[in-house]
Amino acid sequence: MLRLERRRQPSNLWRWGAPMAAVVLTMVLGALLFWMIGRDPFLAIKTIFWDPVFGEFAFYYRPELIKKAAPLIMIAIGLSFGFRAGIWNIGAEGQYIIGAICGASVALAFYPMAARWMIFPLMIMAGILGGVVWAMIPALLRVYFKTNEILVSLMLVYVAEVLVKAFAVGLLRNPEGRGFPGSRNLTQYPSAANLELFAGTGIHWGVITAVLSVGLAYVVITRHRFGFDVQLAGQSPRAAAFAGVNTNWLVIGCMGLSGGLSGLAGLFEVAGPSGQILGSFPAFYGFTAIIVAFLGRLHPVGILLAGLLMALTYIGGDAAQSAMNLPSAAIKVFQGMLLFSLLSVDVLTNYRVRFTWAKGD
Amino acid sequence: MREILLKLEGLTKAYPGVVANSGVDLAIQKGEVHALLGENGAGKSTLVKTIYGLVAPDAGHMTFEGKPFRPADPRAARAVGIAMVFQHFSLFEALTVVENIALGMEHPPTMRALATQIKAVSQTYGLPLDPQRIVGDLSAGERQRVEIIRCLLQDPKLLIMDEPTSVLTPQEVRILFATLRQLRAQGTAILYISHKLEEIRALCDQATILRLGKVVANCDPQQVSAKEMAEMMVGSALQAPKKQTVTEQGAVALTLSQLSAPAPQAFGTPLRDINLTVRSGEVLGIGGVAGNGQEELVAALSGEMRVAANMIQLYGQAVGALPPNARRKLGLCAAPEDRNGHAAAPDLSLTENALMTADARMGLSRHGFINRPQARSFASAVIKRFDVRTPSTDILARALSGGNLQKFVIGREILQAPKVFVVNQPTWGVDAAAAAAIRQAILDLAEAGAAVICISHDLDELMEISDRFAALNGGRLSPPSPTASLSLDQIGLMLGGAHDMEVAHVKA
Repeated sequence: MLRLERRRQPSNLWRWGAPMAAVVLTMVLGALLFWMIGRDPFLAIKTIFWDPVFGEFAFYYRPELIKKAAPLIMIAIGLSFGFRAGIWNIGAEGQYIIGAICGASVALAFYPMAARWMIFPLMIMAGILGGVVWAMIPALLRVYFKTNEILVSLMLVYVAEVLVKAFAVGLLRNPEGRGFPGSRNLTQYPSAANLELFAGTGIHWGVITAVLSVGLAYVVITRHRFGFDVQLAGQSPRAAAFAGVNTNWLVIGCMGLSGGLSGLAGLFEVAGPSGQILGSFPAFYGFTAIIVAFLGRLHPVGILLAGLLMALTYIGGDAAQSAMNLPSAAIKVFQGMLLFSLLSVDVLTNYRVRFTWAKGD
Repeated sequence: MREILLKLEGLTKAYPGVVANSGVDLAIQKGEVHALLGENGAGKSTLVKTIYGLVAPDAGHMTFEGKPFRPADPRAARAVGIAMVFQHFSLFEALTVVENIALGMEHPPTMRALATQIKAVSQTYGLPLDPQRIVGDLSAGERQRVEIIRCLLQDPKLLIMDEPTSVLTPQEVRILFATLRQLRAQGTAILYISHKLEEIRALCDQATILRLGKVVANCDPQQVSAKEMAEMMVGSALQAPKKQTVTEQGAVALTLSQLSAPAPQAFGTPLRDINLTVRSGEVLGIGGVAGNGQEELVAALSGEMRVAANMIQLYGQAVGALPPNARRKLGLCAAPEDRNGHAAAPDLSLTENALMTADARMGLSRHGFINRPQARSFASAVIKRFDVRTPSTDILARALSGGNLQKFVIGREILQAPKVFVVNQPTWGVDAAAAAAIRQAILDLAEAGAAVICISHDLDELMEISDRFAALNGGRLSPPSPTASLSLDQIGLMLGGAHDMEVAHVKA
């Protein structure tokens, strides 16, 4: 019989070993899945995990990978503070969309003025502000009326989705777009475009911001009292109150941080890879980032790796879909497996498995 | 000799790193009150959990009424007639008495029939209890009665009671004992776990003393003195903390004037018009039955719960509206009761736990950036000075035993050299040696000029260390009196006497 026994100290080996083991487990289970639907399991795994980075077309995939990972990492870094403190911002997706709308609005308001030195920074500020404001709604409602931030932030995602559709066909519609929905393409407006800084690398301002946010988050979490308070509040709320942590400020701080970073991610996305406000503004970064945050153990370095890994499964998954004619549902199941594997392997961090044999009476 | 009800032979149970029970033999006769004595960690709980089917022994066997007995779960133990009243009640505060009792039954009768049964049992045993009352409104003594009646409804042959008097006033203890004697007279055996020796001498017929998992003695508590039993329990002669007699009065350190506050949560106790003055160099003991405002008073003093500024004055400065860290900087430190998750964070290391409250006063961070080496060395200083048994400062707090963590928590505050120190239940669940060390540290702190407020359920402790004594009852504080002038009976009355207890019902 298997029995789980709680460890006195969480195992350090497993804390870092578990994500690796989860990836391996996902590959094994995924291979099994692909084999069961009649595809070559080794080829599928190779197409997903190997080819985008080292394969023949890596020169195309690598920049895509980086562009996909950057918003995931940036949003997940912001979320990780709240998640450590037990403040559950599930609405990063909404804050991301609003950030994009606000940033794009600023750019379009100045169109076609040529003043990148002013417009681009203003867009960044607007993006951050938009995300923060959208996140402050659940934060303030929780502080003043004790509402549940999970529900409020999630519901505001749907509001944001409706808003982006309305803006795409309304206020922000391209006047020269012959009536088609969607705004002007910002990548064609030099003062506002968030283009690759080094050709062929995929590195744009968002990527740089993502890397910076990882470094800053690392310092704050390990060295700063704010990071400590966040952790304390998450693990023992009463101890945090006794230690003097002001829970209300913590809610506002964590929600603001994740809202700001989500909004910023939205701005970089709309000004760069996506280029325009559309009804179907490239979505799901906000939700996927939740998985990235947990996959990365809410630790900045972990999130960096998890963001890259998650982007890889997307890029590789797309490649496998087109190259091997894999159904998209199979790819989604495969991505889901990653989280499930992590959660199950995770048990080993705090518990050890014992084999026992039932003794007869 | 009377018939033996339960017999344990060679019972052994080991956990990783500790042997909780080792070759324990025990025999309980019908109609006997059998005491199980021992310090915290001596293996009492493991032993009764084995009897109650919560723990499976590694070796040894039990017989109940002559038949082999090996309960797989508490249900099996209840089926043969064993009932247990736990130290910590498992009651739902928002439900009524009768609903709570019905929840614990496998086949509950209708609520009305059950209520009638509860009334009948409570009449018979002199345990008055209204079945329709909400448990959240009951005193600790009344809640215990709910648990006892729940057991008595099963008509048990053996009743196990785990530290039943730790939450009762002296008067309530007397009534409880009358009930237990009545049960004994009817042939029910009682296994009574306690470390209060005078109680055991007053109530029990037999005593088994455990130390480090082994039976070290069996005795008749009527024949042996409390001091002898204590020494058998501890294994060495006990040393009481030395208390200096206060010669001159210090300056007024802390003044509470008309301190009132609403209950911070449902079923909490509001504080009502508390007036108090504590001088530097004195220890003020505050007694009271659990749930009479102790936690709320500590929260108001530590700053977790904010009140009007003037309600709390520290050396003349109004601090009632200040947050915890501002109060710490001014010299007001506190140690709440619950060390797991309140006074300490179990999943953080000792260094981080030191940082938790000592940052403000000891300057362990600058501009918000934590000085880890300094935090670590402060944690080491606490560990060294208070003899906390731990391999390093990086160990998680939850890996420490209760006594060691308590020493750490108290030491963390005392080493900050507070001017006023408020502590709630300083030695709860701590072994005798550690308790003595903590009490001594509190006395030393007062001697060095701090004012100390010590809140405790343990009256003996308060008698030992406090200069003046006051009682909390329903969120009100009695005027303090010099401890030396008080008798135990007077204290009992200060604590609120027996909550609606009618001694007249009991046929002694």
